[in-house]
Amino acid sequence: MKELLWLIPTLPFTGALLLILLGRKLPRFAVSLIGAGSVGLAALITILVGIDFNSSSENSFQQIVWTWIDVAGLKPQIAFHLDALSLVFIFVITFVGFLIHVYSTEFMQDDEGYARFFTYLNLFVGSMLILVLADNLVLLYFGWEGVGLCSYLLIGFWYLDEKNGYAARKAFIITRIGDTAMAIGLFMLFKAFGTLHIQDILTQAPQTWTVGSEEAVFIAFLLLGGAVGKSAQLPLQTWLPDAMAGPSPVSALIHAATMVTAGVYLISRMHIVFELAPLAQMWVGIIGALTLLLAGFSALTQFDLKRILAYSTISQIGYMFLALGVGAWSAAIFHFMIHAFFKALLFLAAGAIIHLLHHEHDIFKMGGLKNKLPTIYWTFLIGSASLAAIPFITGGFYSKDAILWLSLAGEKGNVGFFLAALIGAFITSVYTFRMVFVTFFGTEKTHVSHSAGSRMTIPLIVLAALSTFAGFIELPHSIAHVELFSNFLHPVLPTITLQEGAESKEWIVQLIAVVVSLGGVYLAYYFYIKKPELPDQLKTSSIAFHNFWFLGWGFDTAYDTLFVKPFVFVATINKQDIIDRLYDELVKLADFLHRVFAWTQSGILRWYMVGIVVGAILIVTLSLLVGS
Amino acid sequence: MILLWFIIILMAGGIVAWIVEKWNADLSRWISFLALAVNFVIAVMIWSQHDFMLAEPNSIWIADYAVNWIPIFGITFHLAMDGLSLLMLMLTFFLGMLSVLTSWKEIQFKIGFFHFNLLWVLAGITGVFLTMDLFLFYFFWEVMLIPMYFLIGIWGHENRRYAAYKFFIFTQASGLLMLLAILGVYFIHGNVTGTYTFDYFQLLNTPFEPDTARWLMLGFLIAFVVKLPVIPFHTWLPDAHSQAPTAGSLILAGLLLKTGAYGLLRFVIPLFPDAAHDISKWAMLFGVIGILYGALLAFSQTDLKRLIAYTSVSHMGFVMLGVFAFNELAVQGVVMQMITHGISTGALFILAGSVYERIHTRDINQMGGYWSKAPFMGFIAIVFVMASLGLPGLGNFVAEFLILVGTWNSSHLLTILATTGLVGATAYSLRIMQRIFYGTEIKSSHPFVDLSLREKAMMVPLVLVIVWLGLFPQPILNTSKIPMMKVVQTQSKSKQESVALDILNNKEDSKGGDHE
Amino acid sequence: MNTIPVEAGLMLAGILFVLGTISVLVRRNIIFMLISVEIMLNAAGLAFIVAGSRWVQPDGQVMFIFILTMAAAEVSVGLALILQIYHQLKTLDSDAANKMKG
Repeated sequence: MKELLWLIPTLPFTGALLLILLGRKLPRFAVSLIGAGSVGLAALITILVGIDFNSSSENSFQQIVWTWIDVAGLKPQIAFHLDALSLVFIFVITFVGFLIHVYSTEFMQDDEGYARFFTYLNLFVGSMLILVLADNLVLLYFGWEGVGLCSYLLIGFWYLDEKNGYAARKAFIITRIGDTAMAIGLFMLFKAFGTLHIQDILTQAPQTWTVGSEEAVFIAFLLLGGAVGKSAQLPLQTWLPDAMAGPSPVSALIHAATMVTAGVYLISRMHIVFELAPLAQMWVGIIGALTLLLAGFSALTQFDLKRILAYSTISQIGYMFLALGVGAWSAAIFHFMIHAFFKALLFLAAGAIIHLLHHEHDIFKMGGLKNKLPTIYWTFLIGSASLAAIPFITGGFYSKDAILWLSLAGEKGNVGFFLAALIGAFITSVYTFRMVFVTFFGTEKTHVSHSAGSRMTIPLIVLAALSTFAGFIELPHSIAHVELFSNFLHPVLPTITLQEGAESKEWIVQLIAVVVSLGGVYLAYYFYIKKPELPDQLKTSSIAFHNFWFLGWGFDTAYDTLFVKPFVFVATINKQDIIDRLYDELVKLADFLHRVFAWTQSGILRWYMVGIVVGAILIVTLSLLVGS
Repeated sequence: MILLWFIIILMAGGIVAWIVEKWNADLSRWISFLALAVNFVIAVMIWSQHDFMLAEPNSIWIADYAVNWIPIFGITFHLAMDGLSLLMLMLTFFLGMLSVLTSWKEIQFKIGFFHFNLLWVLAGITGVFLTMDLFLFYFFWEVMLIPMYFLIGIWGHENRRYAAYKFFIFTQASGLLMLLAILGVYFIHGNVTGTYTFDYFQLLNTPFEPDTARWLMLGFLIAFVVKLPVIPFHTWLPDAHSQAPTAGSLILAGLLLKTGAYGLLRFVIPLFPDAAHDISKWAMLFGVIGILYGALLAFSQTDLKRLIAYTSVSHMGFVMLGVFAFNELAVQGVVMQMITHGISTGALFILAGSVYERIHTRDINQMGGYWSKAPFMGFIAIVFVMASLGLPGLGNFVAEFLILVGTWNSSHLLTILATTGLVGATAYSLRIMQRIFYGTEIKSSHPFVDLSLREKAMMVPLVLVIVWLGLFPQPILNTSKIPMMKVVQTQSKSKQESVALDILNNKEDSKGGDHE
Repeated sequence: MNTIPVEAGLMLAGILFVLGTISVLVRRNIIFMLISVEIMLNAAGLAFIVAGSRWVQPDGQVMFIFILTMAAAEVSVGLALILQIYHQLKTLDSDAANKMKG
């Protein structure tokens, strides 16, 4: 069955192609069948391939489709590489992707761009699959940029509003800055190894470089640049909050299953390079730690439901980067998977709420939805619990707990990382339950027109189940000895070594984590249920902070004044092209000379005579002078 | 002989098209189209039947045709074709057919004369891509210049006279420098060897004094970089491109610029390998400046065609960069860039022409929100905008990636700068989409309709070709592989002769060691 | 035989030539300008004659005949042009005939 691997990315692309060709002529039913069906099939094949892969003894499986380019040693192929890491990713992508597709069939029901939407969605899933299955970095880059394109198309999906177009463009350009760094990294890798085949690089790297060798550090930083752009980490995180301009299922897809996790994938895929470059790896952790804090604080102040979730995504990806930074590879991937489930759930639920409330985004204009929309309430609550890492019953607890623990006890961990993660966890549970309490409790402020249909609720329920139970496949040592996930990933990603003697303290860290997340919930409860007037007082007393956080720590403004405005200014004043003006001066000079000489041709005979006489006299004088 | 026919068919087709206008104007369109289609089919047939990967050094020339023309001066009518020329010819005929199609509705007066000029420009370009005689090369160089002048000057937009003059003066002045250089090469070769000839193959190994070589090379170089164009000689291009009729812009961007790149690969480097190597850093620097400066200018334009024209400046910077990186990766990338840029920019110009036909303005501030009215056009625009910003999966990515990977070996700093040009490309390319297709529709007196059948017939093949080039570039790369390896070799040969000798000596030493 | 000194002859030719030149420059009437040109030609001719007699060579007289012939031709062409100008412009003012202005 493994031979069907090539079908997994091909199916969504075929779906997209069919929709491009026939989309506008087909009825909606057929469009949904092609759009969701192709991804569903891909998910099915993923399961088959996964079962086959698990039962075989080999750790990886290659499939070459055709040779893409073959010039002077650069020979990237259209070829797929399946191992545990990519299997986890394609599973999440196809499965969550499929659920989002199903959800969209109802969500987008009345949109005139129905076929267009599913075309983009399929392209998106297909590109992401290419990204994670690629066996060489050029093909990975293909998927990488394809994802960028699709995010551009989807964020700007409602093109009638120009702002959406600008948000889309911002996303594309900012991620492209990261991509540029990554591309340079690829050039360096090719120069160093003469190949861009990932497995070859990974086997050759430890032989070529010593730990901390300059070239490895450079390359790791450049790859990190790419990852930072796609995963919306500092300092390139500004595009993600604006990306909310797209329809909600798109946000779910971008945030959960695709796009933003690409950076996490890249770093874990190239983990050997990062292990050879400790400095770069440390920076992965630092960036992760800073991002999770910054984004968390920003999330506290937002009132747009989707923006809260957007900042929480940035923050959660920050956790993954932190885990990667301390070398907790499988913990990062584990958190990626759980995060994919609960974040998709939250976005889809949020989308449903916004949809049912006539496109109301402001959580303070919602309220009291608990009884009106029970299914959405319960699923949203489960998702939020997972995000806030409510102990023992949620998947989020197990995945985040692992990161907290390893950021302290891991070989490369330290107290700074741990504290950042801990504070982050506290903030996370505060803003998460702030969102829950404000949206679902209290009095009803906007009337709910109708309830969501089954195509919207079933994906929610499935995702709620997944985000709860998926956590149980990897339990901390202090509770039970279940390591299904890290054992599964072990052939690809090395297990982390702990600091000496740390093992015994694990339960203390867990206890702290439990207290922190529950404390966060209580704080949110105190502020928004018990004393609802408190937040406003706090807000007015520290309005400067509030605004600063609300605007995402002023990054947008800073970039605007530092880069965008100067660029646009230079572009605008130079619209006429200064070099062309030089040629204009040349033309003017010629024109001036022309005028001067034309003036001597006065047409008056006697002038010419004067000329002749003067000339003759000059010549005679000169010849006399020279002759004597 | 077939090579001669390529040119004869076009020239004769042009004359016939001019004559038949008297009876039926559409007939001259059909005749032009037919002439180009015949050429295209022949070229594709040759391409599909020839095996380009044969390793024999003589098989590089697919066809060769030579007759004496003016034997006293050593001028022969010598045409020859290798993989590179063939690729360029296919591109020429393909874009030629499109330029006839795109003028179908646009050109409504002096139709016969228009097609005469069109076909003669293409004949000149064909000649340039085929000649192996420097005198003949100069002749064809001029042949493609004059009809182009008429195309811009007669059928262009409001400022056409100015643009046509500017185009003519830039190209003619630089062409004269090339003529001087050609004569210089001719006389020096004659002095040294005693045979006065313009034949490319005989001139190839002329030994020059380093100083002389530099001046002669500059003569050629300037002619080619003005055509390409490289900053600071680029300023004719935005005017000519924006003022020319659509077919003119298509040929200018798609083909005329490529003659510059072709000249660099065919003449500058093989004739003056050392001199070219000496200036390579500067040439690459100017290439990079072109990439960035072109992107900056493209971003600020409000005239759609001018915007696209500046993107050409930016893209051709990559060509300059790649040619002077002197390695196979980069040079193969240059060949890809020549083809893919021809396709993608050509398509953008056709789109701009279609938009102009509908709303009679090129000002993007007066456009907006046409997606709902013309979804098909929006889709096509997305494809080519993405091609222009170098999205993988479309041909331009292959080209730019190869060039950049290759350039990394020559200069790290310049590669990094050139790579940041990709961000600039994103900025200006998306601006096209944003201004034309996003937002609410700006109403004008003319209804905005989606692409007609004729326009679809042009755009769909273009889309297919650019996707094909992006996913299966290997046939193209194979075609140009051996000619390009020769180019790289001539460069490295002179430079590394001593090194190679050393290696040989070492080998012999080790062999000797074995014997002992 | 009393010979006139060469210097005197050349002086006369020079004075005549300068007078002719000045009147070409000052006069606006084309007919007078033509006459002045004739004076200049004759001055040149006189110089030839003087030089011929000084060196006792026939060349000077030969050249004078050339000049004479040329002057005749010039006058005829010149007069024809003047007639045309008068027909077209109704004036003999040379400054008015500046249609060739560059």
